[in-house]
Amino acid sequence: MEFIKDPILFLANWLTVLFTGWDMTDGLITVINTFLGVFLVANFGMLFVIFLIWLERKLAARMQDRLGPNRVGPYGLGQTFADILKLFTKEDTTPAGADKAVFNLAPIMAVLSVLLIWAVVPFAEDWIGTDLNVGVLYIVAVGSLGIVATLIGGWSSNNKFALLGAFRTVAQLVSYEVPMVLSLLVPVLLARNMGMGGIVAEQEHWYSIFFFMAPIAAFIFFVSSVAEVGRTPFDLLEAESEIVAGFHIEYSGAKFAMIFAAEFLHAFTISVLTMTLFLGGWQGWGDQFPLVGWAWFMVKSLAVYFLVVWVRSTLPRIRIDHMLSYNWKFLTPLALVVLMVTALLDNLVVAQGPVIRTLAHLSANILIGWAAYAIMKKRAAQRPPRAVVGQPRPVARPPAPEMPAEAPVLEAPAS
Amino acid sequence: MTPVQIIFLVVSLMLLVSAFMVVTVRNLVRAALWLISTLFMTAVVFVLLDAGFLAVVQVVVYIGAIAILFIFAVMLTRRVMADTGPQTNANGWWVGLSSLALFAGITWILLGWGGSSADAPIFPAGLDTVTDLGMGLVDPNGFILPFEVASVLLLAALIGAIVVAWDRDN
Repeated sequence: MEFIKDPILFLANWLTVLFTGWDMTDGLITVINTFLGVFLVANFGMLFVIFLIWLERKLAARMQDRLGPNRVGPYGLGQTFADILKLFTKEDTTPAGADKAVFNLAPIMAVLSVLLIWAVVPFAEDWIGTDLNVGVLYIVAVGSLGIVATLIGGWSSNNKFALLGAFRTVAQLVSYEVPMVLSLLVPVLLARNMGMGGIVAEQEHWYSIFFFMAPIAAFIFFVSSVAEVGRTPFDLLEAESEIVAGFHIEYSGAKFAMIFAAEFLHAFTISVLTMTLFLGGWQGWGDQFPLVGWAWFMVKSLAVYFLVVWVRSTLPRIRIDHMLSYNWKFLTPLALVVLMVTALLDNLVVAQGPVIRTLAHLSANILIGWAAYAIMKKRAAQRPPRAVVGQPRPVARPPAPEMPAEAPVLEAPAS
Repeated sequence: MTPVQIIFLVVSLMLLVSAFMVVTVRNLVRAALWLISTLFMTAVVFVLLDAGFLAVVQVVVYIGAIAILFIFAVMLTRRVMADTGPQTNANGWWVGLSSLALFAGITWILLGWGGSSADAPIFPAGLDTVTDLGMGLVDPNGFILPFEVASVLLLAALIGAIVVAWDRDN
């Protein structure tokens, strides 16, 4: 019964008793237990990717009116294993003139930056790697290691396409960090806490989850996170039709597999973060049992992940200038306004009880959203109408021929 | 030796090696990467000192912003790999001598301080250093003036950057 209630705690206690029996010191036991926990969390992430790749291929296929993988195993579940085997048996090539050490370092850093985020993700009550009191800031910090990974991967490949991908990385990932950090501050403000555990604990009622208090911040965080992952519609850093594969063009075999796995795990990680920060984390009915809390965690995360896949498989890639103006002229000002309004309003209404607080924040958000929509609509109306492809263009038009008085009548050729 | 001491020794060794490599390695991008390693190891030392906030800010500011700018600026310069000139000039000996004198001076001061051999103070449970730091920065009796001056300075730099980059003809 103890085991079913909290398997992790049960195992940890059992191991502690076992190690104490082996005459180990307390410090050593803590170190071993910590390493086992790290092993567990990291492997959960890496092994879950195998399922995620299948899920994404299947979902995207359904949305695009295809069947998706369906040959290996039931429902094609074994397809990813076959792909992994294929990737690991491929030749591991390093391009001539590449900076070999840096070239090999980039995939490791790509995986590392994503796996480090999982250290502060609360899976259930008390199931958290380490509840840092600066958890949200930590997520931003280790996320920047991922930017370094794509940057040095693109540079060290000694390939112009890869370098272009690395330049786009800087333009996109560094820019989208600004609205992401600003929108991350909103749940921190509402929870009066920077730790992930504290932010989840603050959303204990259905009406106090932060999605109802800060829908605009949730939207901004979601969009800029998708841009951070670099998936469609923000896949400019690996745009296949423009720069072949961007920063990972020269990677093959296991190293490509690492970059690929890091991207998929990152996509799931942003779903988990969106869910934890704005949708109440592991909380739900029956969450006093950590296993039920974990089930809620998975259900909510996969629901957000469905949204990520939906966006990916239905939207086209946006142009690079649109990507930048969308960030700097729309998301960033909106995030600043939301942050300031939330900070001021929350101080006024926090004493009025959770329901009034939620209603006040929700109405303020609706007001901001309406104002943003009205301003965008006005700006769009002021813009001169763009020339459409179907209209005649002066440059492309040939000079009008001088028509003879009696124009010869063209006859249709006999078929 | 406790596990924390072992971790500290390993991290310090890696920190010193990385710092040495930053100034000796030829390739500028590799030097920037060693710099990232140095800064990351410094963050780990902060963690070992129970200064989690400082550690995270170290990574955000120095690795997330400054090191990426370094790498980007170096990548934009041409022929990074082709730098074959000498690494020191005629003043190298003087620089070495003054660095040695500085190092000896710091070591001498630290030996006389006595705090370097004392045990680290154990924080009382529930001590929230982040809240204390935040309160200290907005407390009129604390550091509100330097904090605000720094904020205004950064704002001025931001506006200055916009003015410099402003294409007035358009």
